[in-house]
Amino acid sequence: MAYYDSLFNGLGLRVWCDAEPGSANVSMASLLAKTNPDTANTGPVFPFPSMDELYQACSSFPQSRDFTAAVETGFLNIKDVLKSVLDPLTQPLSWLLEFALFSFLTTPWWIIIPLILWLVWYVCRSVNIVAFVTLSFVFLGFIDHLDAALQTLAIITVCTGICILFGVPIGIAMAKSNPLERALIPLLDLLQTLPTFVYLIPLIFLFSVTEPKLYGIAIIVYAIVPVIRLTNLGIRLVDQDVVEAVNAFGMSPKQKLLGVEIPLAMPNIMAGVNQTIMMSLAMVVIASLVSAPGLGVLVLRGIRNLELGVGLIAGLGIVLLAVILDRVSKAAIARVSSGQTYR
Amino acid sequence: MAQAPKIQIRNLYKIFGSDPASALEQVKAGMGKDELLAKTGHVLGLENISIDIREGAITVVMGLSGSGKSTLIRHINRLIEPTDGQVLIDGEDALLLGTEALREKRRTGMSMVFQKFALLPHRSVLDNAALALEVRGISQSERHKEAYVWLDRVGLGGYENHYPHQLSGGMQQRVGLARALTSNSDIMLMDEAFSALDPLIRSDMQKLLLELHVELKKTIVFITHDLDEALRLADHLVILKDGAVIQQGEPQSILTTPTDPYIEAFVSDINRARVLRVRSVMTPLNQEITYAGDVGPDDTLESLITLSDGNTSYNFRVVEGEIPIGQIDMKDLVKALVPRVSAAEHQPL
Ligand SMILES: Nc1ncnc2c1ncn2[C@@H]1O[C@H](COP(=O)(O)OP(=O)(O)O)[C@@H](O)[C@H]1O
Ligand SMILES: [Mg+2]
Repeated sequence: MAYYDSLFNGLGLRVWCDAEPGSANVSMASLLAKTNPDTANTGPVFPFPSMDELYQACSSFPQSRDFTAAVETGFLNIKDVLKSVLDPLTQPLSWLLEFALFSFLTTPWWIIIPLILWLVWYVCRSVNIVAFVTLSFVFLGFIDHLDAALQTLAIITVCTGICILFGVPIGIAMAKSNPLERALIPLLDLLQTLPTFVYLIPLIFLFSVTEPKLYGIAIIVYAIVPVIRLTNLGIRLVDQDVVEAVNAFGMSPKQKLLGVEIPLAMPNIMAGVNQTIMMSLAMVVIASLVSAPGLGVLVLRGIRNLELGVGLIAGLGIVLLAVILDRVSKAAIARVSSGQTYR
Repeated sequence: MAQAPKIQIRNLYKIFGSDPASALEQVKAGMGKDELLAKTGHVLGLENISIDIREGAITVVMGLSGSGKSTLIRHINRLIEPTDGQVLIDGEDALLLGTEALREKRRTGMSMVFQKFALLPHRSVLDNAALALEVRGISQSERHKEAYVWLDRVGLGGYENHYPHQLSGGMQQRVGLARALTSNSDIMLMDEAFSALDPLIRSDMQKLLLELHVELKKTIVFITHDLDEALRLADHLVILKDGAVIQQGEPQSILTTPTDPYIEAFVSDINRARVLRVRSVMTPLNQEITYAGDVGPDDTLESLITLSDGNTSYNFRVVEGEIPIGQIDMKDLVKALVPRVSAAEHQPL
């Protein structure tokens, strides 16, 4: 007899318990118990009153498997509604990603690499960094990893661009409104603390794995947090004496935002962009689980097939990309900040 | 003199806190600053301030730190909203202006110079000086032309393409001054504009301001905590303590007849020979005396001491233009150098 029988008897629920047969779900523990009757009742002396334990005493009581099943049905029930809203909204993301992947891969290497180098030069004006980027790309090309690296880069470019497009305005709105800040901070905290894999679970149900927006959304939701946070912080940290001065000269809110607040917050916003880029890179590797192309796929292959060399070399490529992205964006920050000195 | 004041401040109250309206009632019923803070947690910023600010004159508001000077000056351009009272500019109630009208007033009617300079760190000196015109939407070439003129006038010709952090404090405040002048507004508000500067540089800036004032005749409201500075600049002096005006008037008369121990304490510390003028000490003409010479009514007592070579037996005739208007006895002059001692100062420590 189960440990909690007397509880249900005492509460006078015995009739209810035996009235209908319990759920059809069979737990692993009870299966084992059936095949091996000796261990059936050798549980702990005072078992925790968990759902499964209570179920043993009363078959009308739900098992914990029913609970997870209910969550699943609940999600599947709203899935169609959610999908009908989200699908058209996010479709442009798929197009953008497809377009970026297509154009990065079909442009001949002797155009795309100089283009990237020119961009690096334009952003940070540093010979050392351009030289390092050149060497890295030559190396990646030489070991036939250029395409994978470019795919990764294409995804990061699109996702970071979208993060900035949405993150900066959200950050500004947060800086202007205390209630909005109070409402968003717990959400941002949540997004940052959720393990990266957890993002993928609901997304897999919502979108088909063949659609690029599946991993696009996962990356964006994960990487947008720092740019929002640091834009908010940057705008709030703008010297209030300066803000007062431009108010005294009659600046409109728009003139103030574009001419004073955003320029003065720029070092902080750029620091947020730097973190966003690095987090996109981290997520794009994990997103290869849901068909994101690029170096992550090779790492995954290394793990799945125990191809040590493939995994390690792809990992090295990711490290190179990470160093490049970090150096370039930090050099850009330094260039932006050098125009300003803080007392 | 009969002309209406440029700015009139009427029974102005400012209370900081969560429920200023009910705190205002208590203040009007006679509750003091400390009691209000202790009982309700509200800070009494300004209490029943009324000041007439004359057109084309320098009105100086003086008080110790925390006396509400910055709060007061920010009511003139409404960077701070009053709890009660009126601010009239050219006879028009500034508190009734809508957002857009207020912005327009700030753009064209008044300019401000700040204690901490508050320049835009990411803009060149030239663009900082041109700020007021930029806000008004004037073309770049035109506003730069204007900014060049005023930067040159404040002695910063050649620094147009520097950035604020490349300049010393004194030079940064010259940019602040040029920024206010470029706006070409009638009213200039200066909140402790020279307080952050070294004494010598400060004195240069005071001289520059006086020169500019003779030339431009702007209505200037100048905030300071320094009596020497106040006396040097003021046409009209307002003394503020704990958010209330305790004396206002012509600076010389405040110096010779302070009405409050607080002001006496202030006044006793300064070099009276340098700030007191013949006009405040002279007596009516007495025909029987022979005079050692003629002096002007606005000469300082210091210059008379030099003139008399320290001899207290001399009398001088005071002449304004060609007309004799009074006389001054060196003995009176010496007496005037000693601050009036009040009962408050004799209290045991
Ligand atoms: N925003 C505010 N909230 C609460 N108290 C304030 C605020 N601003 C000023 N005060 C108080 O008002 C008084 C006058 O301040 P202020 O005008 O800055 O003085 P001053 O410029 O003469 O040094 C001070 O007691 C100060 O603490
Ligand atoms: Mg102040």
